[in-house]
Amino acid sequence: MSAVITVAAPLDLQGVGHRFGPAWAVRGVSLSVAAGAVVALVGPSGCGKSTLLRIAAGLIEPTEGRVRRGAQRSALVFQQPRLLPWHTAAANIALGLKARGVPGAARAAQAAELGRRLGLTEDDLRKFPHALSGGMQSRVALARALAVAPDLLLLDEPFAALDIGLKLELYALLRERIDAQGIAALLITHDLMEAVRLADRIVLVGGAPGRAMGALPLDRPHAARDDGWLFATTAEVMAQPAVRRTFGLPSPTTAARRTAQAGAAR
Amino acid sequence: MQLLLSILRGLPAYLWTGWGAVASLALLCALWAALASLYGPLILPGPRETFATLHALWQSGQMGPELWVSAQRALAGLGLALAAGTVIGLLAGRFMTTAVIARPLLTLLLGMPPIAWLVLAMLWFGTGHATPVFTVFVAACPIVFAGALQGMRTLEQHYRELADAYALGLAQRMTDIVLPHVAAYLFPATVTALGTAWKVVVMAELLTTVDGVGAALASARTQLDTAGSLAWIGALLALLLLIEYGVLEPLKREVERWREAAA
Repeated sequence: MSAVITVAAPLDLQGVGHRFGPAWAVRGVSLSVAAGAVVALVGPSGCGKSTLLRIAAGLIEPTEGRVRRGAQRSALVFQQPRLLPWHTAAANIALGLKARGVPGAARAAQAAELGRRLGLTEDDLRKFPHALSGGMQSRVALARALAVAPDLLLLDEPFAALDIGLKLELYALLRERIDAQGIAALLITHDLMEAVRLADRIVLVGGAPGRAMGALPLDRPHAARDDGWLFATTAEVMAQPAVRRTFGLPSPTTAARRTAQAGAAR
Repeated sequence: MQLLLSILRGLPAYLWTGWGAVASLALLCALWAALASLYGPLILPGPRETFATLHALWQSGQMGPELWVSAQRALAGLGLALAAGTVIGLLAGRFMTTAVIARPLLTLLLGMPPIAWLVLAMLWFGTGHATPVFTVFVAACPIVFAGALQGMRTLEQHYRELADAYALGLAQRMTDIVLPHVAAYLFPATVTALGTAWKVVVMAELLTTVDGVGAALASARTQLDTAGSLAWIGALLALLLLIEYGVLEPLKREVERWREAAA
C-alpha cells in the first residue's frame, strides 16, 4: 500500500460551535486556511467572529466540532494593541521570543531588526507604550506577533483604529511578510475594502448564532490589485445578495426603489 | 547595577522635592517648642533638650545597638510578612472562590489588635527574640496580603489572554505580567506595613524583651526621664523616615518609571 502524504493545513475547522452558558455564539462553522493564504472573516458586530478567532488560536475549546492546527506556531494580534505598559516597545516585541527561550541579546537584536522594518526608530523602541502614538503601538503589536515567526497569524481587526495612510503601509508590510514566509492568516474585519485588498477568500459570518453565510474567492494576484480593481470589486461584493443578507441590508432592488422615491419626493 | 545607577542619576531632583518635607518638619518643631515652653521640661521637654539627650545617648554608644536590635526585629518580621503575604495574596486572588473566602478572614485579621497577638506570642514564645518578630509578622502580614489580593483581582483578563496567546510559561507570567501589575498595589501596602512594623516592635519590646528601643523606653519611663523617652522616639521615627524615603520611595519611583509618560 502506498503511503498517502497529506500536508495538514495550518488551520482547519470542522463544524465548530461554541456556547457561552446557554447561548450559542457560533455554530457549524467549517473553514480551512492554506499556507500563504489570507482568509477574511467578514460580518456584523457580535456575530461570533472573535469567538471563532479565539477557537482558532486555541484560547478557547469549542463546545462542538473539531479544530486541527497543522501550524507549528501561531500568533494573535488583538483588536487593541494590548502592550504591557511596564515594558519598553522593544521588550514588548520580544515577549513571544522570551517565552520561546531565545536568549536576551539575540532577543533584543531580533526585536530591534523587526521594529526597524516596521518603521520604529531606535528611540521609539526604548519608549514605554504610553509615550507612543496609537499607530506606533499598533506597529509594536504587529511586530510582537511577527517576531515569533508564526506560520499561522490570527488578526482581530488590528487596523480598525488607524488612519488610512497607516493602514495602507501596514497592509503592505503584512502582505510582504505573508508572501515571504508563507504565513497562513485569518483576518477579522468589518471593512469590506480591507478584506478585498488583503484576502484570498472572504468568508461571510452572520446570524445568531453566527454561522458561515457564504464564501467569495478572490483569485486576482495581489500585485495586480490596483485601486480601480479594489473599488469595482468592493462594490461588486457589496451588491451580492449573500453579503446584504449577512449584514441585514435591504436587497439592492428595494434599496434602489427607496433612493428613487426619496429623489422624487425632493 | 543599572537600577542603582539610574537611582543615583535621579537623586538631585529627588532631594530637591524634599524641601516641602523639611518645611513641614520645621513647623512641627516650632509647635513643639511652643508647647514645651508652656508646660515645662518635666511634662514636655523642648526639641533642643530632646535632641541634646539624643545626641548624648548616641555618643555614649547606648543608642546604636538598641536601634539595631529593634530594626532587625522589625525588618525580619516585615520581610517574612512581605514574602508570606505576597504569596498567599496572589494565590487567593487568582481564583474567585479563594478571594471570596479570604475577604472575611482579612477583615478579621486586620481588625485584630496587635496587643492580642502579643499576649499569645508571649505564651507561645516566651520573652525572647521570637515574640516581637512574630508579633510584627502577624500584624503586617494581612496588610500585604490585602494589597496582593487586590492587585491580583484587578489583573485584566486581557493580559491573561495575551499570556495564553504567546504561550508564556509560569515564570514569565509572574515576572512580565503579574508582578509589575501587583507592584502598584504592593508598594503602598509595604509602606503601611513598615509603619505598623515599627509601632508593633516597640510595643512588643516594651512589654517583653530586655533589649531594643522598647525596653529602653520602658526603663526611661521608670526613671521618669521624659527627655530620654522623647529622644528614643525621635531616633525611631528618624530611622523610619530614612527607610521609607531612603529606600522604599526611590525604589518605587524606579520600578514604576513606566507610569511617568502616562501622567
